[in-house]
Amino acid sequence: MRHMKSVILAAALVLGFGTAGVAQANEGVELPQQSWPQAGPFGRIDQKQAQRGFQVFKEICANCHALGLVPYRALKGIGFTADQVKEIAAAAQVTDGPNDQGEMFQRPGKPSDRFVKPFANEKAAAAANGGAAPPDLSVIVKARLGAENYIAALLTGYPDEPPAGAQVPEGKYYNKYFPGHAIGMPKMLFDDSVTYADGTKATALQEAKDVATFLSYVSEPTQDERKGLGAKVILFLLVFAGLMYGCKRQLWAGLH
Amino acid sequence: MALYPSKFNNPVVKWIDSRLPLFTLMHHEYVEFQMPRNINYLWAFGAIAMLMLMTMIITGIMLAMQYTANTGLAFASVERIMRDVNFGWLLRYIHANGSAFFFIAVYIHLFRGLYYGSYQAPREIVWILGVVIYLLMMANGFLGYVLPWGQMSFWAATVITNLFSALPVVGDPIVTWLWGGFSVDNPTLNRFFALHYLLPFILLGVVMLHIAALHIAGSNNPLGIEIKGPQDSVPFHPYVTIKDIFAFIVFLILFCAFVFFEPNYMAHPDNYIPANPLVTPAHIVPEWYFLPLYAILRAIPDKLGGMLAMFSAVLILFVLPWLDTSKVKSCVFKPLTRVAFWLLAIDVLVLGFCGANPPDGAWVVAARVGTLYYFGYFLVLMPLLGKIERPLPRPASIADSILKGGGSVHAHGAAAQPMEKA
Repeated sequence: MRHMKSVILAAALVLGFGTAGVAQANEGVELPQQSWPQAGPFGRIDQKQAQRGFQVFKEICANCHALGLVPYRALKGIGFTADQVKEIAAAAQVTDGPNDQGEMFQRPGKPSDRFVKPFANEKAAAAANGGAAPPDLSVIVKARLGAENYIAALLTGYPDEPPAGAQVPEGKYYNKYFPGHAIGMPKMLFDDSVTYADGTKATALQEAKDVATFLSYVSEPTQDERKGLGAKVILFLLVFAGLMYGCKRQLWAGLH
Repeated sequence: MALYPSKFNNPVVKWIDSRLPLFTLMHHEYVEFQMPRNINYLWAFGAIAMLMLMTMIITGIMLAMQYTANTGLAFASVERIMRDVNFGWLLRYIHANGSAFFFIAVYIHLFRGLYYGSYQAPREIVWILGVVIYLLMMANGFLGYVLPWGQMSFWAATVITNLFSALPVVGDPIVTWLWGGFSVDNPTLNRFFALHYLLPFILLGVVMLHIAALHIAGSNNPLGIEIKGPQDSVPFHPYVTIKDIFAFIVFLILFCAFVFFEPNYMAHPDNYIPANPLVTPAHIVPEWYFLPLYAILRAIPDKLGGMLAMFSAVLILFVLPWLDTSKVKSCVFKPLTRVAFWLLAIDVLVLGFCGANPPDGAWVVAARVGTLYYFGYFLVLMPLLGKIERPLPRPASIADSILKGGGSVHAHGAAAQPMEKA
């Protein structure tokens, strides 16, 4: 039966009947474009901003969202010291074991542990959140069209009132940028939801941009290294190409 | 002593060469081998494709050392490569973008052959082996796309393997056999990984045959006139080697721009979502280099028909040498065929856009017209134009066209221009 269903589904997809969802996905309003220090070949993550983003993540997002692929030690990449990372990790309780008695036990986290998940498993996460499990955010910026702009838009895209005629099912919330507009996550970021230690004014948009920057970093912690190496590689290849072109001209000039 | 009479002076080289004449072989095929002196930079793409294949094999072997082919672990193992393996991100981005650039090189190589008639006698087998390589590349590109086990991986595997269920009677058993079960699952991922590791080496073997056959007839050239004497050719080394190296570095600069600055530009964001058999992505698209074929598949309003059309679109290339009835190779001298060729090139691009867009409204019409022209070009225009078209006068030899300025040749612009003023 399952087999038959997938055959029909595939046939429908192949023949193009299954693409009705596309229109829905594209119908989203154009994303507001923010400026991101990490954008472009020469852009780099703003570590202060990423640290603020971590604060937003820790205090708000982490209550529901996991970061299951990311170890605490990754925080060193946004400017936390080794001691600070140890402290952050130790604040979490990690289930370890079994010990010599065959029992699982709790211990403080270590920098090598992955971020502790807020729910025991996906079913528990779904049960606690109206049936839809909040997605793991480890690679979220790479997994969404529009990347950081989409994250920032989504987090701030809750109008006070849904537009007239919008159908929002029970337990869902209207979001301007979410495909289909009915999202399981309520508005979470408000002005002054967090208090920044560096004195930055915590508007909802500022918080959204900061957390999107943090998520951009965890989605690809090697991005700054990649761009740095890339500039050197391309520079080398340009010089190498020039030399080879000279050699080629020289060699072929001897032909008659 | 029945030893090979090696001409090398170095005693060690001579000792080996007289027992296994590899040095003589390499010297013969890659140093003194005669190449037409008028080949342009389009002739570098064979060598570029070869270097891309080596790049893929080397990075692929290193990735395989870190990758885990298990539905529960594959996605996380790829992310572990990205985060924790030394330069793992570089290996993976080279490998992921490398497949696209391998296809770019091969598509340019293929269209170059099509334009200059490189498939005509005596190079039919070179061409046929090339089509075999293309088929193996497509199979392997698809298998590799499945391995990260993201949403696109899973659903592409489901859609493509399900195509075979359109075959009457044997369809469903074949699909079950491909899956190793009753849905795309762990056995599927395991065998796809095994095959993805195997096929490149078969591919490499076919590439060797492709080159061996090429070195019997020698390379074609923009004029499509065979080498008639030493004045027409240059030795492979250093003249062609230096040109190929320069071309490869320029290609590499473009490739690196993607690898280092836009590594996910050609990828689909959905493939960073772990595979979920219960959630279908809104829009399942293959990698961009399959889009024209995908458009042909969807242009036919029947599953079996679409599948047959898609496979025919590639298989038709096997008989290309016999569909072309023209006695003249190069489109430089065939003004009508040249127009038809460029229309075909545009047609394939249009089909690509059709494949990328949902198949409704104008896109369906465009895909159908595009499919019609694609097959029309090979089945109608090629045989017909070869008979009725009057080719332009051709120079007596390659050297003639270069040294005397080539008259009619130069009138046809850059395509016929020898690359160097001589």
